[in-house]
Amino acid sequence: MTAPVPAAGGLNLPRYERAEGVHPPLESPQYRSSLLRSPKWPLVPLAQGLTEVTGPLLGAERVTAADADLTGRHAGEPIGERIIVTGRVLDSGGRPIAGTLVEIWQANSAGRYAHRVDDHPAPLDPNFDGVGRCMTDSDGRYRFITIKPGAYPWKNHLNAWRPAHIHFSLFGRAFTQRLVTQMYFPGDPLFAQDPIFNSVPDPAARERLIARFDLAVTQPDWALGYQWDIVLRGPAATVFEPAGEHRGEHR
Amino acid sequence: MSGPLTPSQTVGPFLAIGLPWPDGPWVVDEDAAGAITITGQVLDGAGEPVTDALVETWQAGPDGSFAHPDDPRGGGDAQFRGFGRCPTDAQGRYQIITLRPGPLPDPAGGTQAPHLDVSVFARGLLDRVVTRIYFPDEEAANAADPALASIADPGRRATLVAAVRPGGPPGEFRFDIRLQGGRETVFFDV
Repeated sequence: MTAPVPAAGGLNLPRYERAEGVHPPLESPQYRSSLLRSPKWPLVPLAQGLTEVTGPLLGAERVTAADADLTGRHAGEPIGERIIVTGRVLDSGGRPIAGTLVEIWQANSAGRYAHRVDDHPAPLDPNFDGVGRCMTDSDGRYRFITIKPGAYPWKNHLNAWRPAHIHFSLFGRAFTQRLVTQMYFPGDPLFAQDPIFNSVPDPAARERLIARFDLAVTQPDWALGYQWDIVLRGPAATVFEPAGEHRGEHR
Repeated sequence: MSGPLTPSQTVGPFLAIGLPWPDGPWVVDEDAAGAITITGQVLDGAGEPVTDALVETWQAGPDGSFAHPDDPRGGGDAQFRGFGRCPTDAQGRYQIITLRPGPLPDPAGGTQAPHLDVSVFARGLLDRVVTRIYFPDEEAANAADPALASIADPGRRATLVAAVRPGGPPGEFRFDIRLQGGRETVFFDV
């Protein structure tokens, strides 16, 4: 990916596309917490330089195989619907991003986080902490075993409920590619009233936050399977890319 | 519009269960030669501390190198992590212990002053916001820095330069991040 661009400074740097029209506006009045926390000044365009096209290539040394199984780290099994969540981390040119750290966190099956400020009157599960990590394989694939998180109420508006979701944190290979997002489940009746899901202005982009049920990932007599691919910023479209050069495949 | 990118969503109020690392703030050990400390508060538009934010930093090593295959100059110290991550505490404070980055060649020519790239995540932020930390004792380098030069208003520009406490230790810097309000920090579109 990211073919080199000769520049006056003598540096051949990858260049990443801008994510125009994809991400939610920082100020989204329906989401009340954004009102005092979103900048009022317009963002200042920053030309991508060395700091932006590089990024931390870390994680392998901080992740064990057990970190990808959120159901297997405690004395007993967590309560809830056991699921497999898998997919590929790609750039927008369709190239896999191998060896990148994926971090997730989520509520338990009753819709409660193992966090001191979560006061939702639903039970904690001593066998579930809701935290997972893994590295993508050579094909950009991640895979977690977990339980389906529950919906939960919050105080944004009267009778506000978050649709079931899993938080995802991605690094890619460059500072420009860093992304934190949420994965949702198909057919959730709570989408229409959720200001966070609906903060994404483009309906087609919003749909890309929803995983797909997949019978091929589902394991008989054991767990339902969901597929969800994550697409990070790739090479800028105007950049000429020499045939056969796929810099995105090295690590 | 771009290709089929995955949209951003907020980290929400419970990021503390998933994202902090025990060693996150320590890019280097406190007793490493040349270690500096950058401390600051994340504040909202009412001046209240943001107590559920995460601050991440990414930077070159002291010689201006990156141990990364897309740095065409090669080199870089793979032992230097370059990446810091710290959740804010009950006063909205974060702290990063690291080494001073070196200056960098700018792709358009010229030289970039030593800086750290910063991502801020929090409940209420539907996407990260990105800023930079520059150093107050690099006046000549800062004056020649292309990103700083792109900000016409000196008051706005000053939000990107860390402070030292008068009479304080030389390696201690303060960098507050104001998400909104009168002295709102400059945030970049990268």
